[in-house]
Amino acid sequence: MATVARSIPDPAALRRRGRLNAGDALLYGITLAAALSALVLLILIAREIVADAWPAMKEFGFGFLTSRTWEPTADVYGAATFLFGTALTSFAALLLAAPISIAIALFLTELAPRWLRGPVGALVEMLASVPSVVLGLWGILVMGPWIVDHVGPFLHRMLGWTPFFKTEPAAGPSILSAILILTIMMVPIISSICRELFLNVPRDLKEGALALGATRWELVRGVIFPYARAGIAAAMILGLGRAVGEAIAVTQVIGNNEAITWNLFDPGDTLASRIASLYQGATTKLQVSSLVYLAVILLAFSLVVNLLARVIVHRVGQRHANA
Amino acid sequence: MSDTALTTRTLTSEHRTRRRIVNWVMEGLATVAALAAVALLVIVVGSVAKRGAGALDVDFFTKTPSFLGGFGDQRSGIANAIVGTFLIVGLAVLMALPVGVLAAIYLNEFAPKRVSSAMTVAFDVLNGVPAIVIGIFVFVFIVAGHGQAGIKGAFALAILMLPLVTRSTQEVLALVPDAMREASLALGAPRWRTTLNVVLPMAVGGIITGATLATARVAGETAPLLFTTSLAANTVSWNPTEPLASIPMFIFTSAEQADPSLQEQAWGAALVLITFVLIASIVARTFGLRSRRRLTGGR
Repeated sequence: MATVARSIPDPAALRRRGRLNAGDALLYGITLAAALSALVLLILIAREIVADAWPAMKEFGFGFLTSRTWEPTADVYGAATFLFGTALTSFAALLLAAPISIAIALFLTELAPRWLRGPVGALVEMLASVPSVVLGLWGILVMGPWIVDHVGPFLHRMLGWTPFFKTEPAAGPSILSAILILTIMMVPIISSICRELFLNVPRDLKEGALALGATRWELVRGVIFPYARAGIAAAMILGLGRAVGEAIAVTQVIGNNEAITWNLFDPGDTLASRIASLYQGATTKLQVSSLVYLAVILLAFSLVVNLLARVIVHRVGQRHANA
Repeated sequence: MSDTALTTRTLTSEHRTRRRIVNWVMEGLATVAALAAVALLVIVVGSVAKRGAGALDVDFFTKTPSFLGGFGDQRSGIANAIVGTFLIVGLAVLMALPVGVLAAIYLNEFAPKRVSSAMTVAFDVLNGVPAIVIGIFVFVFIVAGHGQAGIKGAFALAILMLPLVTRSTQEVLALVPDAMREASLALGAPRWRTTLNVVLPMAVGGIITGATLATARVAGETAPLLFTTSLAANTVSWNPTEPLASIPMFIFTSAEQADPSLQEQAWGAALVLITFVLIASIVARTFGLRSRRRLTGGR
């Protein structure tokens, strides 16, 4: 109270009231500089990375994206196998994670008794706070052997006719391990966004459907999903972005193998995992530059993903505001 | 025509049974999915605890790794990694916390709404940049040609932390009732005093919560450290201008070793890390819920 009383100004100062005084200007300037830091960092990141990738970009051009060779002895590099691996692992993980996450979100908003919602929701989100290096460690030493001994043989027996499980599972790293680890990472992200979305469905819409005699599933399919459709898409895109950028856990379980293969029991590699695996192995200037080129691809992808998700959310927000 | 057909069909009891079964199956699947996620957390944490507990003794926290000691005849520890992580994460907090909070103050207290939402996009986009890309950026920006250092790893972690701190602080500031600001201004306090003496003290609990969650989140990050502070000596170092060991890097490199005693140490380190991260997030969440409830007056 005393501080407020002391700051009561004299009449001359009162006349200036409403305009910025020195203290205001100072705080304004400092905070503005801090707020600009994100933008400055983004520009700096883009500029520095592109500058260091430039030798490789000049040498290989866009052919980098379609060339399968990654040959340090010949100093020739291409990203096609990693692009393929990234696309395969991320989309497969999304395919698994999306229905699971939506189901969890539905459980947490529609099904679970009220006292259970908080704790279960917190536990699912806690899954996201397990560090990726720990998840990777668990992936190699616990989940890997479990896949080889139990899941793998079963999948091979049932689905051996598809290109995905053609061979008997071999011990060691595999694309399938990477897919499962990425799924575990995506589920808490997508489900927590979906939970928010489902909570925001207007109550009268839900009650209307129930009053018409809809079952709970019909309520979900007929009211909640249509209402949250765009948001779910945005959540999936954000989850995909997370999976594409994950380096550590993937490099631990995938085996860093340069091969384009649909067989999920084989080892493979992704963009991010290749960068991580070479943290002390890059020798020539061009190889370092090519690694940075991989980072440029990841950066560009993450920008597109985030802006796309934003645009979707924004458009929906406007539609709901107009309605 | 079709309407009547539909109505007749809807009214058959066979159809009603089918609807009920579909509903029952779907509810079952959703429940199973939620239970599976919780079970998975229990399995992961459980196996880390089971395999890591054996490695934890006094030596583990006080000694440094002895790769030359041969197979298992000599107990060794991760003291250097614990000190390193403490320094790196501490420095990252020192860098990210003030900038993040100040940025949030601008976005919430000073900026016009349109400017604020445009600038917030930059933080969201920065938040979406993969950790490995941040690591590569710091590498090409200040490591290549100059060498690794703990402080450079801390800088990389700070970049990851910045958007987390800013966004969570923004959320808390938005909860401070406008009436408090107006009351302060009406008493003649200038904007800056209102912000520092009225708004910030009310929000400080929430800010600490957000900062703790962000710290827990980056403490486990490995990707930003790979290229910035991975080539550390096996001795305890308190000097952040040289490469520092860290718990995530120790887990990452030991996991790939065939030596079972090193693997056991990796599990031990994972247990230390996961304990810190989980306890920090549980404490922050409980504490945060309380201070949020106080701000919103119990709603």
